[in-house]
Amino acid sequence: MILLVAFGLLLALAVSSLAVGAVPIPMAGVVDWMLNKEDSGLSVAQRTILWDLRLPRIFIACFVGGSLAAAGVGFQGLFRNVLADPYVIGASSGAALGATLVVVAGVKLSLGGLGATVIGPMLGSIAVVLVVFVVGSLGRHGSALTLLLAGIAISSMTNAIVSLLMFLNDQKAIVILSWLMGSLAGSDWSVVWVTSVAAPLGFILLWGIARQMDAFLLGDAASQSLGLSLMQFRMLLIVGASLLTASAVGSAGIIGFVGLISPQIARLLIGAKHCWLIPMSSCVGAIILIVGDAIARTVVAPAELPVGIVTAMLGCPFFLSLLLSSKTAGRM
Amino acid sequence: MTDLSTHQLHFSYADRPVFEQVSMHLKPGEMLALLGANGAGKTTLLKTLARQLKPTSGEIFLDAKPLTKLSRRGLAQQLAMMPQHENRGASLSVYDVVSLGRTPHCGWLMPLSNDDRSIIDQALSSTGLTELQNRSVHEISGGEWRRMILARALAQDASVLLLDEPTSGLDLKYQHDCLERVRNLTHDRKLITVTTLHDLNQAAMFADRLALLANRELIAIGPPNQVLTADLIRKAFSIEVAIMKHPMHGTPLVVPCSGAMGRAVKNQARST
Repeated sequence: MILLVAFGLLLALAVSSLAVGAVPIPMAGVVDWMLNKEDSGLSVAQRTILWDLRLPRIFIACFVGGSLAAAGVGFQGLFRNVLADPYVIGASSGAALGATLVVVAGVKLSLGGLGATVIGPMLGSIAVVLVVFVVGSLGRHGSALTLLLAGIAISSMTNAIVSLLMFLNDQKAIVILSWLMGSLAGSDWSVVWVTSVAAPLGFILLWGIARQMDAFLLGDAASQSLGLSLMQFRMLLIVGASLLTASAVGSAGIIGFVGLISPQIARLLIGAKHCWLIPMSSCVGAIILIVGDAIARTVVAPAELPVGIVTAMLGCPFFLSLLLSSKTAGRM
Repeated sequence: MTDLSTHQLHFSYADRPVFEQVSMHLKPGEMLALLGANGAGKTTLLKTLARQLKPTSGEIFLDAKPLTKLSRRGLAQQLAMMPQHENRGASLSVYDVVSLGRTPHCGWLMPLSNDDRSIIDQALSSTGLTELQNRSVHEISGGEWRRMILARALAQDASVLLLDEPTSGLDLKYQHDCLERVRNLTHDRKLITVTTLHDLNQAAMFADRLALLANRELIAIGPPNQVLTADLIRKAFSIEVAIMKHPMHGTPLVVPCSGAMGRAVKNQARST
């Protein structure tokens, strides 16, 4: 029920944020345009803005927010720790390295309309997670803790390489830095196609193991005695969550906070059962990013703020108010 | 009908052996209590039986089939383990946790069928949890938590139940309730139950056979009056005891004693 409300709210916000931006477009016109009425009263320029700029951007915001939030649920489940986020085993540092290498080397390659700054981070993030997973599984039992520590170690090394590359190429550092802060400004339809394939795939994978995640929450021994094969489960979870994270960082750079906070908000609203928690968290993440992006591109228009700054500033008070309200306090 | 047996089971952590040469055979409808001092390897043996630990050598057979040949899911359909501790931080409801017991049967993807739901309801009512089913796991007491885990093991509908100290943290009434329920289920449904226990008298009262672990070996296995002797208990627990007869059940009653008092009790027991 509350999930339907959240989904309705998401749709409403997505549509209304089409009207928001540097160039104001009346809400009624947007609705008419969406219903494909010829006489929407919008100029050609306005229609171009809607179709080529705002619509893909809102799709991306939806997918990125939803992906990060679902991946956050995944990693929080994997480590049985609500402080985990999608970047905890190196996805962000890998993406940063991918982006930095592309910028530094000046790669202009494009694949099926996709720029190198989309492909680079995606591959980088997948590569580093893969290395972390392999190294982390080599240990005694391949436990979650080994994985976490391997993630921390390899992330910090990767981050060091990124810093080194930025230091050596200081004239390009500002480009890398703005990428690192995360932005939806580069959204176009080619990016939408990629995320609209990768993100749902990862989402379905994660949702498919929702009940296993419930069991896993009870502990290694308990979940094993319920018939869970730990190795296989961890692998499915990491593949799903990393696919989501990679598609998010590829489309929008490193946007923090959404992947950490959305699962918590969703948990407070709907409880810890993963078959509800995963879609709810995605809805919450998408809402946060759509609202955050709408604010990011209006407050200092025609310039833009990095969306990560807005989501953190916006999400924090909302989260705290949920945390402190007595009605939902017991659900964490 | 399943039977469970171990052959020359041996387990060691790195170079520290925990138990060696444990061979036993359990038949359907039998409840076995594993006894032994702290660190004697009771829980380790139980975990080995549940395939949570890999034996260093030796083999476990379920229905004459090696345990290692079964998939995790196949194993979970036949064998349920109730651990001593579990992560209790999850904010799942009691019903959610108990319903997870059905996953080995219905799979991870399929929704619960009506049959599954009626088995869950039965497990809840037979552990007296029906009214608590919507409570969150961290809002229930330690005793209720144990009953919930027992209910989950029952919902698993397995023919082998492995219980690790099912009575610890329960008050006297629930200790007896729990053991009585387990014994009745074992006898009625022809299950095999292996449980670790600390209370020797309860073990004698409820279990069909007792197994005593000491000095890395199974030093005795058999009916209570053969296992609970002063000699064997001295060997296993390094304590002097007098063995008396339970006034109602007729089972052995172990009375620990020490020093002069101990000798007096011992003599008195001998003279009656």
